[in-house]
Amino acid sequence: MFESFDINFVIFGVMPYVALTVFLVGSIARYERDPFTWKSSSSQLLRRKQLIWGSILFHVGILTVFFGHLVGLFTPVWVLDALGVPYGLKQWMAVLIGGPAGLAALIGGTMLIHRRLTDPRIRATSTTLDILIMILIWLQLAIGLLTITQSLQHMDGAEMIRFMEWSQSVVTWNINAWVTVVDVHWLFKLHIFLGLIITMLFPFTRLVHIWSGFAAPFRYLVARSGYQIVRSRRRRPLEERRRAFDRRQGVEGPKAHTPAE
Amino acid sequence: MKVRAQIGKVLNLDKCIGCHTCSVTCKNVWTTREGVEYAWFNNVETKPGTGYPTDWENQKRWNGGWVRSASGKLQPKQGAKWRILANIFANPSMPEIDDYYEPFDFDYDHLKSAPDMQAFPTARPRSKITGERMEKIEKGPNWEEILGGEFAKRSADYNFDKVQKDIYGEYENTFMMYLPRLCEHCLNPTCSASCPSGAIYKREEDGIVLIDQEKCRGWRMCISGCPYKKVYYNWDTGKSEKCTFCYPRIESGQPTVCSETCVGRIRYLGVILYDADKIEAAASAERETDLYGAQLDVFLDPNDPEVIAAARRDGVPEDWIEAAKISPVWKMAMDWKVAFPLHPEYRTLPMVWYIPPLSPIQNAAQAGQIAMSDQMPDVRSLRIPVKYLANMLTAGDEEPIVSALERMSAMRLYMRALTVDGVRDEGIAARVGMSGRMIEDMYKIMAIADYEDRFAIPTAHREQNEAGADIRGGCGFTDGNGCSDGESGKTSLFGGKKKSFALPLESF
Repeated sequence: MFESFDINFVIFGVMPYVALTVFLVGSIARYERDPFTWKSSSSQLLRRKQLIWGSILFHVGILTVFFGHLVGLFTPVWVLDALGVPYGLKQWMAVLIGGPAGLAALIGGTMLIHRRLTDPRIRATSTTLDILIMILIWLQLAIGLLTITQSLQHMDGAEMIRFMEWSQSVVTWNINAWVTVVDVHWLFKLHIFLGLIITMLFPFTRLVHIWSGFAAPFRYLVARSGYQIVRSRRRRPLEERRRAFDRRQGVEGPKAHTPAE
Repeated sequence: MKVRAQIGKVLNLDKCIGCHTCSVTCKNVWTTREGVEYAWFNNVETKPGTGYPTDWENQKRWNGGWVRSASGKLQPKQGAKWRILANIFANPSMPEIDDYYEPFDFDYDHLKSAPDMQAFPTARPRSKITGERMEKIEKGPNWEEILGGEFAKRSADYNFDKVQKDIYGEYENTFMMYLPRLCEHCLNPTCSASCPSGAIYKREEDGIVLIDQEKCRGWRMCISGCPYKKVYYNWDTGKSEKCTFCYPRIESGQPTVCSETCVGRIRYLGVILYDADKIEAAASAERETDLYGAQLDVFLDPNDPEVIAAARRDGVPEDWIEAAKISPVWKMAMDWKVAFPLHPEYRTLPMVWYIPPLSPIQNAAQAGQIAMSDQMPDVRSLRIPVKYLANMLTAGDEEPIVSALERMSAMRLYMRALTVDGVRDEGIAARVGMSGRMIEDMYKIMAIADYEDRFAIPTAHREQNEAGADIRGGCGFTDGNGCSDGESGKTSLFGGKKKSFALPLESF
């Protein structure tokens, strides 16, 4: 049964499911079991220098790239056709938006890695995983930018469509998804592989703060009407307490709970 | 009317001797852990000075507190919600640890382990963050102790606004006071308003403002939001921490550790009833000098039958209403008007109030000829400029401060007449708008300050608050994360250093 074994099947056919399972189950387990460890692990207090620019470039860049990938890969091809977007145009957009954003993230990331490794305060308070995940993301950004050199050689968008088909096949439980990316350039393959590794490491690193970052605007802007939060430990909310009090007063007479005034 | 109760606090600066017992006992209880060595939930500053963290009162620099827009709406000075979210990657208004100080310890061990040397061994400082040698200590938690450092630097003190400050640099004219500071447990806290995760909340039952350690994500907006800089980022756990008002003690009717251990007996705790419906309007008062009065209007008279009825209806327990009637905080803030909020212009409606200090007369050469007005010493001739105190406590409005200082002087005159001459001089009391009986009560509470008079703290009503069966087998008071210590088996699954909770062993 192993004569038809292909490593591509393992990486592009099986690993995505393993990675997504670890990512989701791990995130839920950590959120439920160890909420105290769920945090952004900011080091701004210890050193402001290089963080302001580094962090903003990195985050804005990588968020643009992330949403670019999300929209770019998971928009069904028929939607593109229906809207009449030529594949070549979409690829140009990907290169022109993703390229500068990726570059910004890479520059910011470089500043952050340099700061993390050389600043004694940040170095001393970094965990191994903090450093590892930062380096992996930096490599992922670098590889992603290098793939542009390949993309520019065929701007018809055909290869991009294959990645879209692969992503969409994976999430639609198509076991033959891996076949679509078997013969793409190794830079693309490495980029996907590393992406899956980062996905798997996600719940065990500070990356979990991404969940909270996406949740924050909803929690802060949508779910919270005013600014202040008052928590009550009383078993009944105010209105219910008032109603119960008024009822008692009605039955027992107005003086029942205002004795000796 | 929406009646809530809060354990308020007053600090009588007239009696603070700057011994730092409050700070030390607080630190020993709450912040001896890694990551918060630099944090002092309670600290005592010498004023005039720039304080801790340096220049904390300068909101042009730190953007703490609230601003009132032209239309009368309030928003955090660091920005409305969307602006705060936009700063989530890097907070431009947040102090660096060097604005507090780099925490350090000394190589005490070297004193006993050093080899035979020509020179006497010394204990040199080491950073508590990096563990590296620190050649020069640049700053500490009380760097300006007793006017340490040159006047040029200390006079950056924000409270010198509109004061001709140059003369106070001269030796003959210098003045000094202590300012113990802790979280103000505000009615309108900017820290909680700034938190995108909603981790910071005010407790309905007792008004204590707390940070939910399991919901805090380390976005750091509370640190810049708080104008008093009393929220601290724990660089080890990645969570913010603040003064808890020693809530486990308060709940059992005990004073906070800082109050309990105060040597000068300057700290008072008592219930204040307030109208939660009035908070927003009070904090939005148009002129900054109106804010002190606006906050007084938020407080509810615990002897007013209407207030009592409303309090009962809203679920304030009976013994809390009784405690409010004997609250020393109410007496000082409302009856005698000698206590004031710290920097009301931040619009946070703080609930830790201060009694301004009397001070010696301005010039020793004039000792025999104090400026007297109507047989009372003119409080404007005291060594600490009234404007300075007003900038600190009433947004610059001198009248309430003058009145408070006059009442405190009158108390001395009245009690002197009573104890020395055996005369109850109602005239003195009347001149400051009080009665002899009020002054004697004031003397009992402010000067004698017995334990029972300083603290009137009703216990929490757990029977109303939680179902006993639900907390059976619970974890009690833990350092975050509920029952979990963040470890699964032998390794730490979700990051963080493995911590040993074993007690240190000493062998002799």
